[in-house]
Amino acid sequence: MTAAGRASGPEVSGGPARTRRAFSPQLGLFVGGLVLLAVVAVLSMGVGARPVPPAEVVRALLDYQGTDDHVIVRDVRLPRSLLAVAVGAALAVAGALIQTLARNPLAEPGILGVTAGAGFAITVGSALGLAVGQAGELGFAIVGSVLAALLVAAVGRRSPLRLVLTGVALTAVLSGVALGMRLMLPDVFDTYRFWSVGSLAAREQAPLALPLTAIVVCLLGALLLSRALNALTLGENVAHTLGAGVGRVRGLALVLITVLCGAATAVAGPILFVGLIVPHLVRKPAAGSVPWLILYTMVLGPVLLLIADIGSRVLLPTGEVPVGIVTAFLGGPMLIWAVRRYGAGSL
Amino acid sequence: MSARLTAREITLRYGERVVSTRLSLDVPDGAFTAIVGPNACGKSTLLRALVRLLRPESGHVELDGREVGGYASKALAKQLGFLPQDPLAPDDIKVRQLVSRGRFPHQSLLALWSAQDEEAVAEAMASAGVADLGDRPVQELSGGQRQRVWMAMVLAQRTPYLLLDEPTSFLDITHQYQLLGLLARLRDEGRTVIAVLHDINQACRYADHLVAMRDGRVVAEGVPKDVVDAALIKDVFELPSVIVPDPVTGTPMVVPTLQGE
Ligand SMILES: Nc1ncnc2c1ncn2[C@@H]1O[C@H](COP(=O)(O)OP(=O)(O)OP(=O)(O)O)[C@@H](O)[C@H]1O
Ligand SMILES: [Mg+2]
Repeated sequence: MTAAGRASGPEVSGGPARTRRAFSPQLGLFVGGLVLLAVVAVLSMGVGARPVPPAEVVRALLDYQGTDDHVIVRDVRLPRSLLAVAVGAALAVAGALIQTLARNPLAEPGILGVTAGAGFAITVGSALGLAVGQAGELGFAIVGSVLAALLVAAVGRRSPLRLVLTGVALTAVLSGVALGMRLMLPDVFDTYRFWSVGSLAAREQAPLALPLTAIVVCLLGALLLSRALNALTLGENVAHTLGAGVGRVRGLALVLITVLCGAATAVAGPILFVGLIVPHLVRKPAAGSVPWLILYTMVLGPVLLLIADIGSRVLLPTGEVPVGIVTAFLGGPMLIWAVRRYGAGSL
Repeated sequence: MSARLTAREITLRYGERVVSTRLSLDVPDGAFTAIVGPNACGKSTLLRALVRLLRPESGHVELDGREVGGYASKALAKQLGFLPQDPLAPDDIKVRQLVSRGRFPHQSLLALWSAQDEEAVAEAMASAGVADLGDRPVQELSGGQRQRVWMAMVLAQRTPYLLLDEPTSFLDITHQYQLLGLLARLRDEGRTVIAVLHDINQACRYADHLVAMRDGRVVAEGVPKDVVDAALIKDVFELPSVIVPDPVTGTPMVVPTLQGE
């Protein structure tokens, strides 16, 4: 902003508008989040049974020399971190979408039955001896989550409340039946146990191209849809009269939630809390703007999951605590912190 | 006065509850129309039908001779601005952001936010008297301030038609007259204003066209001076009254004769 522009003095209506364009604190926060993400990503690629210093990690990425450290970073840890970034972003954005859609800050993407559907399908698949290997598990998880979401959408299409109630009911039924099967069939229990704790370890060999592509496409879709969702937050009536096709927007958002949550769950198991907490942490700075909410969650979800993944390797360097358990441990206190900080009003 | 927005024999219902049967209304163009009537007589329902929030079971709502149902969502949103009786603001939103959402129908993926949007928002906030509230969270405003913020949101939409459901219900007396004055000014600039008002004296003072409703029917309509008399008030509101000329404007003024019954 030039000195001449300032010299015109305080303008009540023009002033804030001009400042907003020159420097937006929201953009600043977003850039800060990206920097944080880069730092955490580099750290996560350095941690493990063989520690690699951050400077060496950066060199491995930018100036590959083929040393042992470089090979570990490039071939083992980079894919794992990318997976964490994709899964974290998918779950967090799915959470932001469902909370916006349901107008309920306690909604999380699993509420639509997607997670339970994936778990059920894997249980059935391994009971039939079909869900073998990671590709098999992945396939069953995807089919299960999509079928569950279709069922919930078909029954609960009329209103967000019906949708959530249907999702909760279906989750209860599927989890119950799946649990019964696992208790009766010990082999199935073993297969499921590994998947169900949520882990990023040893997943990177699985055929991840399809789910990861789906996640990237849906993240872009969420950004494109975010302005219409902005209109939808003003209530159905106002959204209609602003010209946002309410039914279409809601349907598209549901598809995005299902694919994001289903793909993330399929590749990493049911990682709880990310979808619930991340939108909470950024709710205040987003200040009611869905585009910002989605951008922030897209950055902070990966940060949270990378930190959890680092934790999972540091806490138990030999065995690795599954990341799903670490996120739960991190998530509980963070949720309490967010609630205390922003007051119960935000709940 | 010509009408571009019309309802032809529309039947409106919510499930089993029929609100209006074969109601017809021509909204005079470029005029200020006030709709009055007792609670639950179907005023909001009629407005909802005019802005396509409620589909008539039979009959037609037309804008420029075309069924409103046939318009693309955004095209209609550029014509008809609507303020519901009890709009719902999302948590955490600031006043300027809420007003900015009125620009939604004018934006697209390629034209996200233009100088024109900026100007429309600033002007709407100034007109509605909320220019100095821009950075306040909507949640933390008083009822009247909030109502003016929503009014600004609809003004930012810059539509030729403004359909307002009780735009003054939360305002103090000064702000009520300021808002009515603003609506009259917008009418003078050529816009069409349709407002549900509960204060019949204000309606008589400001409206060019008064629509009195009861039980889902239009009981009387026309220039307030021609239609408002004691018989009409008795018929519509079941209120005994005398009608005197407003000492300031000469328009009809309803003075109830009930005393503490
Ligand atoms: N969503 C709805 N579902 C079912 N019935 C409704 C609904 N909205 C309104 N009604 C009924 O329709 C009738 C007309 O309601 P409407 O809201 O149009 O009244 P109104 O004239 O605007 O009243 P008020 O002055 O109290 O705002 C009422 O009997 C009301 O109970
Ligand atoms: Mg009403």
